[in-house]
Amino acid sequence: MFDNLSLKLEKAFQTLKGQGQITEINVASTVKEIRKALIDADVNFKVAKEVTDDIKEKALGQNVLTSISPGQLLIKITNDELTDLMGGVSEDINIQGNPAIILIAGLQGSGKTTFSGKLASYLKRQGRSVLLVACDIYRPAAIDQLKVLGQQVGVEVFAQPENKDAVKIAKAALEHAKTINSKIIIVDTAGRLAVDEEMMDEIARLKEALNPSETLFVVDSMTGQDAVNTAKAFNDRLNFNGVVLTKLDGDSRGGAALSIRRVVEKPIKFISTGEKMEALDRFYPDRMASRILGMGDVVSLVERA
Amino acid sequence: EKSKDSFFSKLGKAIVGKSTVDDEVLDNLEEVLVTSDVGVETTLKIIERIQARVAKDKYMGTSDLDRILREEIAGLLTESNAKDTEDFEIPSGKKPYVIMVVGVNGVGKTTTIGKLSAQFKKRGKNVVLGAADTFRAAAVDQLKLWGERVGVPVVAKGMNTDPSAVAFEAVKEGVERNADIVIVDTAGRLHTKVNLMNELSKIKRVMEKVVPDAPHEVLLVLDGSTGQNAVIQAREFTKATEVTALAITKLDGTAKGGVVIGISDEFKIPVKYIGVGEKAEDLQPFNKMEFVDSFFKKN
Ligand SMILES: Nc1nc2c(ncn2[C@@H]2O[C@H](COP(=O)(O)OP(=O)(O)OP(=O)(O)O)[C@@H](O)[C@H]2O)c(=O)[nH]1
Ligand SMILES: Nc1nc2c(ncn2[C@@H]2O[C@H](COP(=O)(O)OP(=O)(O)OP(=O)(O)O)[C@@H](O)[C@H]2O)c(=O)[nH]1
Ligand SMILES: [Mg+2]
Ligand SMILES: [Mg+2]
Repeated sequence: MFDNLSLKLEKAFQTLKGQGQITEINVASTVKEIRKALIDADVNFKVAKEVTDDIKEKALGQNVLTSISPGQLLIKITNDELTDLMGGVSEDINIQGNPAIILIAGLQGSGKTTFSGKLASYLKRQGRSVLLVACDIYRPAAIDQLKVLGQQVGVEVFAQPENKDAVKIAKAALEHAKTINSKIIIVDTAGRLAVDEEMMDEIARLKEALNPSETLFVVDSMTGQDAVNTAKAFNDRLNFNGVVLTKLDGDSRGGAALSIRRVVEKPIKFISTGEKMEALDRFYPDRMASRILGMGDVVSLVERA
Repeated sequence: EKSKDSFFSKLGKAIVGKSTVDDEVLDNLEEVLVTSDVGVETTLKIIERIQARVAKDKYMGTSDLDRILREEIAGLLTESNAKDTEDFEIPSGKKPYVIMVVGVNGVGKTTTIGKLSAQFKKRGKNVVLGAADTFRAAAVDQLKLWGERVGVPVVAKGMNTDPSAVAFEAVKEGVERNADIVIVDTAGRLHTKVNLMNELSKIKRVMEKVVPDAPHEVLLVLDGSTGQNAVIQAREFTKATEVTALAITKLDGTAKGGVVIGISDEFKIPVKYIGVGEKAEDLQPFNKMEFVDSFFKKN
């Protein structure tokens, strides 16, 4: 796949080679290839269009220094643009409040429960007292799963297996947190589709009842074009504070990150990079930009150009 | 429906009575396909097919348009999906018919197994399940609950046991019980993890020791909301386990799952099932015309 991309870009760069200035004509095919590369990386169709239009705008009329080829310049502009779009610097989680409440939401199988365990571990290692709350009352063995993870990281898990009301469970958990003097509670919820009215209503009620200091939207980095629809729908209902990007230990290009960031304008706060409880990282926009663009590859290409 | 109609009427205006398709129409079609996750390459392939078709059958009428468009898109699925799976039938003469279910993390493997069991059971088949995901927290419990829900026995050896041993036991149990079908669940794994992919090959080999041509089916489960990475998943899982069929899950949402068109075309693997919800009954045999049609429907 990467080979494919570099071949295409190399071809596109040929037209830019040896020309001193980037013009409408000589940039067109390169911009088109960049757009295709973004779509191949699962950047949303419309977002890819907008972003490459912006890139073109920025590139037009720029004089090419003697030391840098138009191709290199364009790649630099693209890379800078993507980095900027993804927020420039990484942002930390907000744990204000007593207790601070962190609500976790997202589609089915995106990695919410695993992330909840990881976050609990991360905060515990900072010396904070954390309580995990099992509010997924639907998925078979969801409570057991969270309990196993809680045990692995040494964090108590609050659950009421007989209770079929997520909001009531969450409220009871809050009371419990106060009695055991927990400073942070992390609420794991069931996976849900944005089109499932009843379930979206449930998560909205959870948010209302808990008034969390932080609501995080967990999304699988392999997600395709639909990422924007889903992120937008969740954001419309929850006005979440940040995004968690999971399964980045694979080889997905992760274009969804760019699309979501662009559409909902919320920072990506964490990345999940494995199934183990330690596999959690801060988000670095520049690294993500390189990943989406297949930049490691492109850089070497530019050096050869 | 509205957007589907407007797309076709727009397309109709631009194509009907003409011998070439103009760029605006192709742009629209490109948008529909790309936003359904069909991918750039496959989209271009489809557009070429449409252009060739329009050049050949000049001056087509509006009434043909819908059909022709869908035919050309579905054409890429045709070779490996010559006929849609009518029902949840399994080939006769293989008893037990052994199905191994594989895929990356969280795509819906275990749930699909629960749903499949329900369908087979409903048709009077005896099913045995094997809980060979011994890694993911509470994975065994999850499958056991599905077994209880559907009323089929689950062979399990607990967490952190050898998945090959579980698979072996499950097939053996299937033979001993004279079961019609054995379905083996496996842990989710990213295709980039070499050790875990090798483990899959091993699980597969071990089953042959009980039933020589087992597994008869290796079902790769793909999440319908996954984008272009699914192509690499298909490639790598095929290398490790010779995938024979695909299931696409989570199509009850707004994602279209269009990436399977290119996958089916490239790897010649038929799509057998689609998942449309979390309940036991939310599994359907794949229907390619309906599938393609969904690309043109407004969410
Ligand atoms: N490789 C990898 N696997 C992950 C990562 N995060 C989660 N997983 C796996 O993805 C699968 C789904 O994770 P869960 O945490 O159960 O996802 P969920 O969002 O809670 O799922 P539901 O509750 O069913 O909606 C599991 O197999 C996890 O082990 C990650 O960063 N990398
Ligand atoms: N909406 C919807 N949800 C689904 C569908 N199939 C599975 N799910 C949900 O997706 C989540 C993950 O499903 P699992 O069956 O646990 O996935 P898995 O592939 O076994 O996951 P791992 O074993 O952790 O790799 C669960 O919350 C399921 O209920 C579907 O067709 N539609
Ligand atoms: Mg969960
Ligand atoms: Mg599973």
